[in-house]
Amino acid sequence: MVDQKNAPASVAPDAPAVAPMNMIQALNSALDVKMAEDPTVVSYGEDAGYFGGVFRVTDHLQKKHGLSRSFDAPISETGIVGTAIGMAAYGLRPVVEIQFADYIYPAYDQIVSEAAKMRYRSGGQFTSSMVIRSPYGGGIFGGQTHSQSPESLFTHIAGLKVVIPSNPYDAKGLLLAAIEDDDPVIFFEPKRLYNGPFDGWHEKPVSPWKAQELAQVPTGKYVEPIGKARVMKEGSDVTILAYGTMVWVALAGAEHAGVDAEVIDLRTLVPLDIEAIEASVKKTGRCVIVHEAPKTSGFGGELSALVQERCFYHLEAPVARVTGWDTPYPHAFEWEYFPGPQRVADALKAVMSGGR
Amino acid sequence: MKNTPTLSLRVPEPSGRPGDTPDFSHLKLDEPGAVARPDVSTAPAEMRDHAFRLIRVLDDQGKAVGPWDPKLDPETMRRGLKAMILTRAFDDRMHRAHRQGKTSFYMKCTGEEAIAVAQGMILSREDMGFPTYRQQGLLIARDYPLATMMNQIYSNAEDPIKGRQLPIMYSAKDYGFFTISGNLGTQYVQAVGWGMASAIRGDDKIAITWIGDGSTAESDFHSALTFAAVYRAPVILNIVNNQWAISSFQGIAGGLDTTFASKGIGYGLPALRVDGNDFLAVWAATQWAEERARTNQGATIIELFTYRGAPHSTSDDPSRYRPGDEHEKWPLGDPIARLKQHLIAIGEWSDAQQEEAEKEAVEKVRAAAKESEAIGTLGQSRPSVKTMFEEVYATEDWRLVEQRREVGV
Repeated sequence: MVDQKNAPASVAPDAPAVAPMNMIQALNSALDVKMAEDPTVVSYGEDAGYFGGVFRVTDHLQKKHGLSRSFDAPISETGIVGTAIGMAAYGLRPVVEIQFADYIYPAYDQIVSEAAKMRYRSGGQFTSSMVIRSPYGGGIFGGQTHSQSPESLFTHIAGLKVVIPSNPYDAKGLLLAAIEDDDPVIFFEPKRLYNGPFDGWHEKPVSPWKAQELAQVPTGKYVEPIGKARVMKEGSDVTILAYGTMVWVALAGAEHAGVDAEVIDLRTLVPLDIEAIEASVKKTGRCVIVHEAPKTSGFGGELSALVQERCFYHLEAPVARVTGWDTPYPHAFEWEYFPGPQRVADALKAVMSGGR
Repeated sequence: MKNTPTLSLRVPEPSGRPGDTPDFSHLKLDEPGAVARPDVSTAPAEMRDHAFRLIRVLDDQGKAVGPWDPKLDPETMRRGLKAMILTRAFDDRMHRAHRQGKTSFYMKCTGEEAIAVAQGMILSREDMGFPTYRQQGLLIARDYPLATMMNQIYSNAEDPIKGRQLPIMYSAKDYGFFTISGNLGTQYVQAVGWGMASAIRGDDKIAITWIGDGSTAESDFHSALTFAAVYRAPVILNIVNNQWAISSFQGIAGGLDTTFASKGIGYGLPALRVDGNDFLAVWAATQWAEERARTNQGATIIELFTYRGAPHSTSDDPSRYRPGDEHEKWPLGDPIARLKQHLIAIGEWSDAQQEEAEKEAVEKVRAAAKESEAIGTLGQSRPSVKTMFEEVYATEDWRLVEQRREVGV
């Protein structure tokens, strides 16, 4: 383990040191640890080299691992992803950054037509083991092009994995897992959560990560499995399925409603932890799905269909979806658009009374 | 009061349409041997002229002339000639196989054989080629089994890519042949990334890629050139200008007022414009670019000036948009005929040997077809349906397991 040489002598080698980290530091640590361990891991993107990224996620990597391992890229998303595909075909494990998920679309052809289908179309001769990291989500007055949640455009594509952490501990463990994964992984980082958890009560001051248990992050290497959900809070009344920022909003919404909700952080949308979902909904008999992305054809539609298909005889109320509206993400109407804890609470109450 | 003329849209049109007499008088073709051969270390800014000239070696008498003569030994040239003959024979047979209903689709490379064959012979299988769908000569020059190519075309049980891809979208990693995609231009920037990877690892392998004149209009072309130049990637960036993108002549892609090679100039890349039907010129230019890449001096653009002799694909009828005999009037002739003429001129070949080689090629293709068709043609044989669900991911997730069971496999 990379950090061990600096660890105090009293610490056993299999008990790595733990430090409080925000999500940025946790992601940075994941990259640092993996780049030190594996020379085939390279990190690049716009402003991701010398400057360390506009959100600092790649800070110090260039200085520590060298120019050819961590570097700045031209402003060309298709170029960034396209070259990464070539690198992966060569045998490297590139971790590329798209500065905002809202700007991933120029690379959509490379992601969908190439990375996703590489293993399949070549009969396994070529693979696209790579990670596309991208800050995503709203709640930051980012307006139309700094707030989007385009995950369903990727969950719909066979061959891609889609991972979205909600806290520093998972962010590091999942990013390490994503880098080691042999398939292309779209790794969306909720930028609203970079510096602290956010429960959607936007008038209240935001607290930093350090008070949270999930901000105690091992400084060395560990992996959180891709495809496994995390039960954030056990409950018996209703199951809330959420991911990213909405995990914290869901917890706040349940508290506000006074409902004993089981809050499941999906963590990975593809592959999806269907067992965890099924077990929870069969237990509670009710399900509310929360995501920031617009409702129509959003990932909530898929979740709702799966719950209906698999838990139909256990359901005591229609599955509810609390989502962004079917509009572009607005600037001035941030808090009317953002699915906050009040809307979650309203949905929980409605579901508890069996109605819509 | 308005005193300027009203605006009008210029829509480029080719020099000939069906029924017209083919006219290539507008082409500015250098004489063989006329273009200088700069040192490989020449700064791109000092060789801009090369993007507008035309490097040619073989003259009308079949003599190799000028500074670009690669001075190949006759055996190498004979190998090249035979590979081109075999490529054409393969194309003819597969085109017929389509007409006989043995496959759903095929694309010939008639008239462009010199390009992939010469370049496939120069680079090694350790280097990676990122081809389009019209570089089958690369596989053939490297002795890839013809029957395996056909298995792919027939999507039969022995298809190496398991019936998943449209015919001719080969993938042959061990032969330095990257998996072909239907999406145009995507491989161009991937090749740059592959070259960057080799450089990151301090390796000595280089990448080579091809794009058609039409697809240079794709945004990935621009991205590839930018990245190749910025990171000085060891890659050879070929533009095969065969004058036609399905029914659109090269002017629609932006070639009317300039050359495709010249597009490299703005990126700071050296650009060579080459007679694509001249095996020796293609060879020499590629060697030049290879040396440049291999010695860490970066990428080179090569525009290979040629003519798409055949229909775009088996689904295309060129008589609806270009003069029927345009290919015969192409001033740069036919790559096979020209290399044959050269070998005969230097006493290393004969009409009888040519005839023999052509017969031999047809035989080889026939034998391969027999082998492949014994396994099965389209619809007669195919890989197990179970494989449809495999290799979407490294391991099947629950959805794929469930869906596979739903199909009953």
